[in-house]
Amino acid sequence: MDISKRTFDAVIVGAGGAGLRAAIQLSESGLKTAVLTKVFPTRSHTVAAQGGVAASLGNSEEDHWHWHMYDTVKGSDWLGDQDAIEFMCRKANEVVIELEHYGMPFDRTEAGRIYQRPFGGHMSNFGEKPVRRSCAAADRTGHAMLHALYQRNVRANTQFFVEWMALDLIRDADGDVLGVTALEMETGEIVAFQAKATIFATGGAGRIFHSSTNAFINTGDGLGMAARAGIPLEDMEFSQYHPTGVDAAGVLITEGVRGEGGIQRNSSGERFMERYAPNAKDLASRDVVSRAMVTEINEGRGCGPHKDYVQLDLSHLDPQVIMHRLPGIREISIQFAGADPIREPIPVVPTAHYQMGGIPTNHHGRVVMPRDGDANAPVTGFYAAGECACTSVHGANRLGTNSLLDLLVFGKSSGESASEDVRRMPKAHKPLPQEALERSVERVRRLDAQQGGADVHETRLALQRTMQNHCGVFRFADRLKEGVSRILEVQRDVQRTAIGDKSKVFNTARVEALELDNLIEVAVATLVSAEARKESRGAHVRDDAPDTPEHPNGRDDQNWLRHTLWFRDGNRLEYKPVQLTPLSVDTIELKKRAY
Amino acid sequence: MSTRTMQFRIYRYDPDKDEKPYMQDISVELDHHDRKLLDALVKLKAKDDTLSFRRSCREGVCGSDAMNINGKNGLACLTDIASLKQPVTLRPLPGLPVVRDLFVDMTQFFKQYHSIKPYLINNDPPPETERLQSPEERAELDGLYECILCACCTTACPSFWWNPDKYVGPAGLLQAYRFIADSRDQATSARLDDLEDPYRLFRCRSIMNCVDVCPKGLNPMRAIGKIKDAMTKRAV
Repeated sequence: MDISKRTFDAVIVGAGGAGLRAAIQLSESGLKTAVLTKVFPTRSHTVAAQGGVAASLGNSEEDHWHWHMYDTVKGSDWLGDQDAIEFMCRKANEVVIELEHYGMPFDRTEAGRIYQRPFGGHMSNFGEKPVRRSCAAADRTGHAMLHALYQRNVRANTQFFVEWMALDLIRDADGDVLGVTALEMETGEIVAFQAKATIFATGGAGRIFHSSTNAFINTGDGLGMAARAGIPLEDMEFSQYHPTGVDAAGVLITEGVRGEGGIQRNSSGERFMERYAPNAKDLASRDVVSRAMVTEINEGRGCGPHKDYVQLDLSHLDPQVIMHRLPGIREISIQFAGADPIREPIPVVPTAHYQMGGIPTNHHGRVVMPRDGDANAPVTGFYAAGECACTSVHGANRLGTNSLLDLLVFGKSSGESASEDVRRMPKAHKPLPQEALERSVERVRRLDAQQGGADVHETRLALQRTMQNHCGVFRFADRLKEGVSRILEVQRDVQRTAIGDKSKVFNTARVEALELDNLIEVAVATLVSAEARKESRGAHVRDDAPDTPEHPNGRDDQNWLRHTLWFRDGNRLEYKPVQLTPLSVDTIELKKRAY
Repeated sequence: MSTRTMQFRIYRYDPDKDEKPYMQDISVELDHHDRKLLDALVKLKAKDDTLSFRRSCREGVCGSDAMNINGKNGLACLTDIASLKQPVTLRPLPGLPVVRDLFVDMTQFFKQYHSIKPYLINNDPPPETERLQSPEERAELDGLYECILCACCTTACPSFWWNPDKYVGPAGLLQAYRFIADSRDQATSARLDDLEDPYRLFRCRSIMNCVDVCPKGLNPMRAIGKIKDAMTKRAV
């Protein structure tokens, strides 16, 4: 079957924060760039980010990038690469100021500067006390940011392919990346996008879990495509549970609520975080707060008729603060919990939120994988940024507000690297390998022709329940093991999904089935990697690696201070060292994490 | 677990197989977890996977699932099931071409949005730090920047139905005023020139449907009024 071809200098997959920031870089540098996106750009999930973007601007009190770096390394439980973390924290002011120049409507201080609020894990003077580092536009920072980035792209005349779903990464025999195949949803046509640089900015895969803060579209498409093309996925066992998802609905309530003074309480009204994190209290790191909440619930101190949530209390705050700084969460709470936080507490539970792992990249946004003894050899023509990438700045646990920073810094650096590399490449494009194109066509053809196969909705539900039950806030050796065999069963069903809808026009049943092909790669990678890591670190805490004097918090640096690389082929695992040497400052030395 | 049945009448059209659109009567069993119309639609889709609609964030910030619900435009994810009279009649947003089922072609809507130059224009060399803006100046943007481009307002506007190619529509005009109101923007005069036209701005007949349907509680009418005020002010 012949498929038509479109040729560009660069193709970006995804139009959330990272994709749009990369697109600005490429469009403004004059390269012929295509941005493919499943949804209109302003519908991407960056839009749902609430609390802010970290930068040590010091607009309200003294701050320093080095303190931010320390907090990020500590937050990562020392699994983050210190060169990338230094790079990100030093770049923060520049990219946030740029965003303001693009028109981002940040809230302001009396002096007219960008408003900053405290956030979990962000401290002054190397962990002393909370600092105001989160640059915010009320509690709609992601929305304001995504729109500002889109608007800058309108100015730059970026070419968007809206409601196109990328299907597969095109790699040739040398391992070089030459573009992607994609499906135009409106017509059902499959097209090859040939490019010298391919940037993945496809976001996360929160939909592998049954209860998630993530949008329906967050199905790990970039990770699935990379895995199918032989690229490993790094540190996938580290899934972040956000402490405050609305009970039952899963909708996110920003940590900025606690930054503005909100307090979590158990059934007896106790501010329980004082026992778990005497210094940072409610503003401890997310993994720490989520575990404290689950412990409270497990020990019978949860709230409500089933004692299965805790309360986030804002009722002591000035209603003006809630109306001006937190209007969006008030709306969400009224809509999804039936509670007006001015008067009543919000029922919250830890909810799957973010994946720290992803496609391995360096801090230039170039995708890297082991080759000829080099653990970090760049893959020619391939870049990744944002949640789909593992740079790794978040290590075993991400700090709030560092994701919006990550997508700005590495969206920009991946765009710069791509632009630099494309200019150095030969003028002619390498030929596209026919069999790579055939694979996508075959995948769609199989789906359309499948008779009596597995139901997409049911199979996805089985996947999500497996992840929810076997890979939660606390993990158990036996359940992880069982989870691996269960998810491999689900994988067999995914290979034989069937759909009733045979239309070519906006066939969303087909899109959901193709998304499931990606979800399963992420789910398998997560469970296999988690089962294998026999220590507790950051968001990955298991019953057989408890807190002992030899292994504080269950962390085992001797054996496990290393990154996981999962390869799809045979579920093979390799490991690579953590980069402990920063770019210019001294290593932030390993120590026990406490808040 | 208690369940209840909910009745729907849904506009269906697949150009690949249907000669013309029709209304489908369909029902679905819901349980106590299902609070919003979108929850019911997801269940309907599990039952009949040919039903097509857009959705993403399911919390009212992405603007994907705008549709006409019992005769009024709104977001499925913010509409309480309990508030709806049955059978719940769902149609695509009015005034835009239907591509399939509840999918409309949004091209004209975004064309109008793009036509107002929806980006900050400031030709001074950017300073090393942020451009300063007082809290009062910033407050001028409240009620404007929160727009999610769902098109509920514009597609509820008869003036847009008659002149979708010439009238900017409430969403686009709200955004036009968002930049006029921004103390950092230098293009106010050019922006007003562009809108001073019998169609682009002045097709607004103060029908107020836009205010009535906005799922974010925004007020495009007031923004349109403020643009007109700015024009009057510069004329004298």
